[in-house]
Amino acid sequence: MKQITEQQKRKDDTSNQLIRKQDIILIGAVLFLGLIVFIVMQITKTEGSKVKIFIDNVEYKTLDLNIDMTEKVELDNGEWNLFEIKDGKVDMLDASCPDKICVNHKDIHYNTEDITCLPNKVVLKITGGEENEVDAVAN
Amino acid sequence: MKSKKVATYGLLVALAFILSYIESLIQIPFAVPGIKLGLANLVVITALYSMGAKEAFVLSLIRILLVGFTFGNPSTMMFSLGGGLLSWALMSIFKWSKLFSIVGVSIIGGVSHNIGQILVAIFVVDNINLFYYLPFLLVSGVVTGTLIGILGAMIVKRIRNILR
Ligand SMILES: [Zn+2]
Repeated sequence: MKQITEQQKRKDDTSNQLIRKQDIILIGAVLFLGLIVFIVMQITKTEGSKVKIFIDNVEYKTLDLNIDMTEKVELDNGEWNLFEIKDGKVDMLDASCPDKICVNHKDIHYNTEDITCLPNKVVLKITGGEENEVDAVAN
Repeated sequence: MKSKKVATYGLLVALAFILSYIESLIQIPFAVPGIKLGLANLVVITALYSMGAKEAFVLSLIRILLVGFTFGNPSTMMFSLGGGLLSWALMSIFKWSKLFSIVGVSIIGGVSHNIGQILVAIFVVDNINLFYYLPFLLVSGVVTGTLIGILGAMIVKRIRNILR
């Protein structure tokens, strides 16, 4: 009798085991999905030619990546973001935001990249030549 | 029984608070600003397994509101809501399906937490480029989900003994 309950218990333990086959399949599926998205991104990304600046979701201005310059975006509420364009790359130099995540962000130059300053709602977004043509047609 | 349940709620809210504080100190270097690792999912999965889906939902909401007002701002609170609600829904469905162990349920929680946050972020800053963070967020969801699932299993075992 005692043996049976112990066997039963052991059986329960294996069916309740911490990581099941389905869990491994789930991990595999998620990582595979990540890999696919990553590959698609790598294939579709191209060197950008311009940077668009958005303030509070509204397009503010577009700058050419071939012209080196430093620009300060000043908002009505006193907040500001300072960035530079150098060697075809855009980098946030300093900002008034509390978290400084945008400042710590690496410089960007691919058409898939952007730097977002969430507290100030300022977005620097790289765009490529092809996308500009589409925009020109749309406008 | 009822007072034990209230005590468990209190315990889990406190734990969520500590985890959220730790989380607010960790900045994911190349991720979207305001996106969180999802450590506090530990509390939601613990509630889901020791109490139930309804209790886990209530706990998610309490946590998001409390932590949002303490450590966050309106944007990060909206991210948390997006991530928190999506991950609660998917974890409840995955648990209900009985196909996965607590680790699998926790992984889907971690992954959907990240997807929910990024969906809200794409909407808030109107920037579809944020989608490119997806591969990183999927991998980090799997890693944190696995760790939280294993930890959660240990906590649930102990809490069940108390509630019994
Ligand atoms: Zn910033």
